This record gives sequence, structure tokens and C-alpha cells, in this order.
Amino acid sequence: MNTPSALAIADLSFAYGGKKALAEVSFEIRSGECTLLLGPNGAGKSTLFSLITRLYDTRAGRIELCGFDIKRDTRKALAKLGVVFQQTTLDMDLSVLQNLRYHTALHGIGRKLAMQRIQQELERLGMYDRRFEKIRQLNGGHRRRVEIARALLHKPALLLLDEPTVGLDVPSRLGIVEYVHQLVKEENLAVLWASHLIDEIYPDDHLIVLHKGQIKANGTVDDVLKSTQTAQIKDAFYSLTQGEHA
Amino acid sequence: MSVLHYWRALWGIVGRELWRFVTQRERFISALVRPLVWLFVFAAGFRAALGLAISPPYETYILYEVYITPGLIGMIQLFNGMQSSLSMVYDREMGSMRILMVCPLPRWFLLLSKLLAGTGVSVLQVYVFLGIAWFYDIHAPWQGYLWVLPALVLSGLMLGALGLLLSSFIKQLENFAGVMNFVIFPMFFMSTALYPLWKMKESSAFLASLAHYNPFSQAVELIRFALYAQYNPYAFIYTLVAFLVFMAAAIVGYNPSKGMMMKKGGA
Repeated sequence: MNTPSALAIADLSFAYGGKKALAEVSFEIRSGECTLLLGPNGAGKSTLFSLITRLYDTRAGRIELCGFDIKRDTRKALAKLGVVFQQTTLDMDLSVLQNLRYHTALHGIGRKLAMQRIQQELERLGMYDRRFEKIRQLNGGHRRRVEIARALLHKPALLLLDEPTVGLDVPSRLGIVEYVHQLVKEENLAVLWASHLIDEIYPDDHLIVLHKGQIKANGTVDDVLKSTQTAQIKDAFYSLTQGEHA
Repeated sequence: MSVLHYWRALWGIVGRELWRFVTQRERFISALVRPLVWLFVFAAGFRAALGLAISPPYETYILYEVYITPGLIGMIQLFNGMQSSLSMVYDREMGSMRILMVCPLPRWFLLLSKLLAGTGVSVLQVYVFLGIAWFYDIHAPWQGYLWVLPALVLSGLMLGALGLLLSSFIKQLENFAGVMNFVIFPMFFMSTALYPLWKMKESSAFLASLAHYNPFSQAVELIRFALYAQYNPYAFIYTLVAFLVFMAAAIVGYNPSKGMMMKKGGA
């Protein structure tokens, strides 16, 4: 475990008014690791993502991205982060290319380099031929691919995916799962993937099970199976979340 | 973060807004129709009813259409500022605002860039309106068309910052209707856009003093004087201070540790 830590979270707590959403959450994600964040609805996954992306303020606990404190070194930390939100965040009236150019501008990437990277990412996802189409004309799976491409344009060290396959058909879903796992291997990227779909887990993935704002399990697939004395992740998940559906 | 990074981001945000404006013809047309209806219908009707004495910056008796033109310019910018904030509430609800908020630049800069983009759009709308007004025999000295540019930028920034501030408080798009009733209409009607202060004083001194302190009035006066190549220092300082106050409050509103983000939750 000598690989650098892409994300380190320590004693993180958060509450909406008096209602606790996260309670002393701590974990680390390293480069070249794909970590699935599993939890039923209301487990605190989206809150955790909002804190990591600094949409919410961290008041109790600490979040570090590649060694940069999200609160003190916000901009350096955010520069290391690529995000795909659960809800589509593309501009429907702009083309694929315009959406990606907008993102590269926000990250200060010059035109020439931006066009190279856009071509590279879109070609990898089989979307380069559709770069002039408006987002509105694309189906859900293709929009997701564009969002993943966008999240990678500034070469982040950590990719956050907040349930990116929700609402997609099976081939699109499997395509995205496969592509992200390939990225982890080839680019040495760290990925934190919030999901409630157990079939998106690969055997060598890292798992974090979040339930009612607390971490119930944290380890490799084998570790989680052993600790819960179950044979399948589905059973492990049910035993950790006391039978609640994901 | 280099200066080049800031420049690229600024140009990205402004360029996106301009592109959207150019391609959304309905938005462009509706932004122009409103003040033109006021100019062609309302002002024509009121021309006979309202007598206007000579008052600066005018050096002679003027038609009512001439008087309300700066007010209608202010109207374009007021509605544009509110429309920008409406789009920010929409972007926040739809999620696209998040992409802006998670980019590695200070929030004040991102908000200011959005503001500049909205102001740029409103200035374009104003010049098109002035062009149409020219054919309706509403002429200002040619220097006025240049002098008015900085005034338009400042008033556009002030009204846009007010819109930003409002958008930081509005949680849902549905609540925006209240802004129309409680902000836009009182601000517009309780100002010097449609009638001069002295005229208002004749009917109500209280309303006249409210209109005097209304930042929209001062923005309109700034534009009115600039359009006649004159400088109104009081209106300039008032509008500038109002812009700084609204902008500072909007930045606090969008600060995750202080503003509306924190109202949603806290550890």
C-alpha cells in the first residue's frame, strides 16, 4: 500500500439541521483503486459527494484530495477532481464540443491542448463523430459518456461518479462500468463510484458500505464477504444494511 | 492559478452566455418587445396626459417618449438581470451550476464572470433598442451613444448583482414569481423611469423619497445623463455603491460556509 492517497477522509460528520447525515466517516482511496460506495437511499452518499466537491462546507472532520485540504486549499484540491453528478449537468442547447470546450476553459486549458484532449477522450468513448451534435439530440447513455469524457479532460487524480448509470439501459450501463474499470488500470486513476447496483462491482474492487451515515464495511470484496460470513455481495450488503433495499 | 487561467475561464463563461443569447432568438425578441411596446403604446398614450418641464439633462421641452427612453433602457437591464438570476436558479435546480461551482477558481470570480456575461448581453439588447428608437425619432447626441456604454455596464452590473443576490436566497424556481411582484414591479414603478421625481412629489412626497433612494432610479438617471454626454456624479456613486453591496452580499450568499448552501445543512 505504498501508492499515494488520492482521497483521505477523517472523522467527517454532517447534519441537516438536527438530522445527522454522516457520522464520523473515515476512509482513504488510493491511485489505481476503484472504490464502490454502496448504500441504500438516504445512506449519505450524495451528502458525502457534496462535501468532497465543496458544495457543502466541512465543519466537522477533514477531507484531503491528493494531500490538499478541501477547506484550506480548495482550488488546488478541486483541480485534482473530476466529477460526474447523478443529474445531467450538460448544457442541452450546446453541442458536445461546446460543452467540453466550456469545461476546458473553466480549467484554464488552452485551445490547442483542449482540442487534443477532447479528441482523445471522445474517440476513446466512441463519440468523436458526434461532437457537433447538440446534447439534446443524444440519448441518456451517450450523454453520460460525454460527462465522463468531460470529467477527464483536466487529467484529475480522482474521479467521483455519483450513480452515473441510473436510468440507463443494460448495454449502456455495462459499457460505462467496463470503461471506468479500464481507466483505473490504464491511467492509474482513483475512482469513487456511488452506486446501489451490486452487479456493477468487479471482483478486485474496493467496497465501502454506507448505512444511515455510518461506514458498515470498508475493504476488498473478499474482506467484506469474510467479515459478513456471506458468499455473495448481495447477501453481505443486506446483512450490513439490515435487509434494506439498495 | 495563472492570469491566463482566469482569462480563459472568463472568456468561456462570457462566450457561452453570448452564444446562448445569439442562438435563442425568442429570448432576444422578447427582451426587445417589452420596452418597445412601452415606447410605442404606453408613451404615445401618456404623451398628452403628462406635461414635462425642462429639467437636466434636457435643455428644452421634450416628448414623453424621449423622457422614458432611459427608463426603458433600465427596464431592459432590470429584466435581463432578473432573467440571469432566474437561469441561475434553473441551473442550480438542473445541476449545471454545480459544474461551475466545482471548478478550481474562486467563487467571487465565477459569480463576477457570470455577471459580466449577463451585462454584456443586456448592453447588446440596449443598443439594438436604441437603434430602433432612432427610427422612431428618438435621437441623442452622437457622443451620448458612446458615453452611455460605461453607464450601461455599471447599471447592468448593479442590476445583475441584485439578481445574483436574489438567486442565492431562492431555493426553487417556483418562488421566482414572488420576485416579479416584490422586486421588479416595485423597483420599476417606484423610480424615475416613467416620471420625474418632481412630478411624483406633487402627488406623494413619501413615494418620491422612496423613488429617490431606489437604486434603479439612480441607474436610470446615470443612463439619462450619459445619453446626453453628461456625467451625474451622485447617480454614479450611488449605483457603484449599490453594485458593491449587492455583489458582496451575493458572494456571501454563494459561499458554502456562510450562505444558502449552509442553510441546507451543517455539521
